[in-house]
Amino acid sequence: MAMLNVTIDGVKVSVPAGTTVLEAARQANVHIPTLCYLKDINEIGACRMCVVDVGARALAAACVMPVSEGMVVKTNTPAVRNARKAVLELILSNHERKCLSCVRSHNCELQKLAKDLGVEETRFEGANINYPMDQLSPSLVRDPNKCILCRRCLAVCRNVQKIGAIGAVDRGFKTQIAPSFNKSIVDTNCVYCGQCINACPVGALIEKDDTQKVWDAISDPEKIVVVQPAPAVRVALGEEFGMPIGTRVTGKMTQALKRLGFDKIFDTDFAADLTIMEEANELLERIKNNGPLPMFTSCSPGWIKYCEHNFPELLPNLSSCKSPMQMEGAIIKTYWAEKAGVDPSKIVTVAVMPCTSKKFETSRPEMELGGLRTVDISITTRELARMIKSAGIQFAQLPDEEVFDELVAESTGAAPIFGATGGVMEAALRTAADVLEGRSVENVEYKALRGIEGIKEAEVTLGGVNLKVAIANSTGAAKELITRIKNGDASYAFVEVMACPGGCVNGGGQPIVSASKRMDVDPRVARAAGLYAEDEAKTIRKSHENPDIKKIYDEYLGNPGSEKAHHLLHTHYTNRAK
Amino acid sequence: MSLENKEKYEALQNVIDELKNEPGALMPIMQRAQDIFGYLPEDVQNYIAKELDIPVSDIYGVATFYAQFNLEPKGKYIISVCMGTACYVKGSQLVLDKLEEVLEIPAGRTTADGLFTLNATRCLGACGLAPVIMVNDDVYGRLTPDQIPAIIEKYRR
Repeated sequence: MAMLNVTIDGVKVSVPAGTTVLEAARQANVHIPTLCYLKDINEIGACRMCVVDVGARALAAACVMPVSEGMVVKTNTPAVRNARKAVLELILSNHERKCLSCVRSHNCELQKLAKDLGVEETRFEGANINYPMDQLSPSLVRDPNKCILCRRCLAVCRNVQKIGAIGAVDRGFKTQIAPSFNKSIVDTNCVYCGQCINACPVGALIEKDDTQKVWDAISDPEKIVVVQPAPAVRVALGEEFGMPIGTRVTGKMTQALKRLGFDKIFDTDFAADLTIMEEANELLERIKNNGPLPMFTSCSPGWIKYCEHNFPELLPNLSSCKSPMQMEGAIIKTYWAEKAGVDPSKIVTVAVMPCTSKKFETSRPEMELGGLRTVDISITTRELARMIKSAGIQFAQLPDEEVFDELVAESTGAAPIFGATGGVMEAALRTAADVLEGRSVENVEYKALRGIEGIKEAEVTLGGVNLKVAIANSTGAAKELITRIKNGDASYAFVEVMACPGGCVNGGGQPIVSASKRMDVDPRVARAAGLYAEDEAKTIRKSHENPDIKKIYDEYLGNPGSEKAHHLLHTHYTNRAK
Repeated sequence: MSLENKEKYEALQNVIDELKNEPGALMPIMQRAQDIFGYLPEDVQNYIAKELDIPVSDIYGVATFYAQFNLEPKGKYIISVCMGTACYVKGSQLVLDKLEEVLEIPAGRTTADGLFTLNATRCLGACGLAPVIMVNDDVYGRLTPDQIPAIIEKYRR
């Protein structure tokens, strides 16, 4: 590839043709401020925060300006500084500056820019429109008064997820990023994946905060409050306490949960192993009974809602397995309650999830047993971090020793990888291989299934059975894969879909990684590496070899797919197409 | 679906079939849809979205960006209040205010009974009669706000 020589603030760098000034400057160790820019997602040069002097008559937006041979870039001239400051002041002039009480304070790109550029007050006092907040959904809260119209949210929703639940409405001063027809997000095809929250540089899109419900439960002496953290939480929670992206903090996480006052610390990882037992069994049954195939995984609530809205004809193809979170909840309120001699109506199950859509899943009417909700409260990784901070727990100093409780927390290496795209498939194949081969297969790693490519395919032959499988991460990739299947261009036995790009590690409830950091680290890759390390560190790496899984089938459930298993661990879906 | 509506959707489908593979087809399709239906109801926007395989938010965004697209049906009588310079200095804002009060709608909207649509418009070219309003093709000039109720009453009958 042709290399171009450019000089940025006196530093000479050589970069491939097509590189933007913003990226080239990074190589010269110059960080140009950005606001609407989000790598690979929103590169539209709209906000003008990244303007630089490229020797032309007008300043150029570095995020969309490709370098040319011999270009001399100045990023710090008086004209550049004044232009950026003016842009920022204009944005601030009608921004609702409630930073003290804003959940994004200290993690707000606008606030950081104001600090970095030395904008302490704005010369312009703009008119404000007081928009109502949209708080009707169980997952997301939209506050248009904080929106700066950068369009990062709608770019990820429309272009990556291929949903477009929100868009630019109206024009000029009255422009809003909102659902169409003045609707609440709750009345749209939004799947609550929360990718818009992760893209938002400010506090205009946030999760519905459920932490007070958790505090109330913990402080109620009548209640037995049990918690289950999802796999992806343990490789992201540390980021909220200054640790590098992808740091494994499983031990510290359990210690913090104990100190917060949860009565029992269980693990969604146990239910991940349980899911494999049920789902692998369901797949083998479907293959034996001629379908319907392909079978699609059902762990991701965003994917389920997407399928219900857009492909209702595929609902019979969705695995009937509940998500691991719901399985764990159901097992806690039946099997564990029975073993522990506890009245299930006194149990409050709290789930800590990398996910905003889990809040919606928690509210689904069918997720109950004998009049009790199977999961009572679902909070995100970010909400757990806020609870830990408000309790004054010094997270980084906690011991690394895991303090899970007995019976429904033990897990194998097949469980943590659920949090990365391809992980459910890999875990399922580990078990299917042993069943179909009729022996313990030594190889447990299916590397072709790993990585952040939107669509992945593999073909394996196990015990004479040929299995073609595929994986899609992001609803946009799922849409493309389904189109291929429908057009007859591809056919599979088993398809894993996760609504979020990269899987749960990049879920809408995870710690927010700024646009600037995303230029250096891909959280999807760094956090997945943490999960694969967690897998390797386990001595048992196949779900069916988990001793507590064997025990629950022996003593309670019978066989995978039994009537009892169906009653507790399986569900049904709703056609939401209009 | 009523027979009339069915015919309208068939006409819309023909427009979409004709244009959908052209680059930049969305705006012309929306314009023709508005010609067919008189405005762009939610169902029509959803229909176009489905046929073009784009999010309805794309269509709604365009429909709310350009003033030429109507999201509501137009009234039987379209009232245009001239806000050109001459009319404006002669008090057309007061006339508009009075109309909003009598019709109980803001400018740009249609009354619930479907009788009136109230629009503030640019110069109507009758500056000698300022301030001027038009009700469909009828012109009323040299108006004062107190004349408004009687004019509206005429059309209500």
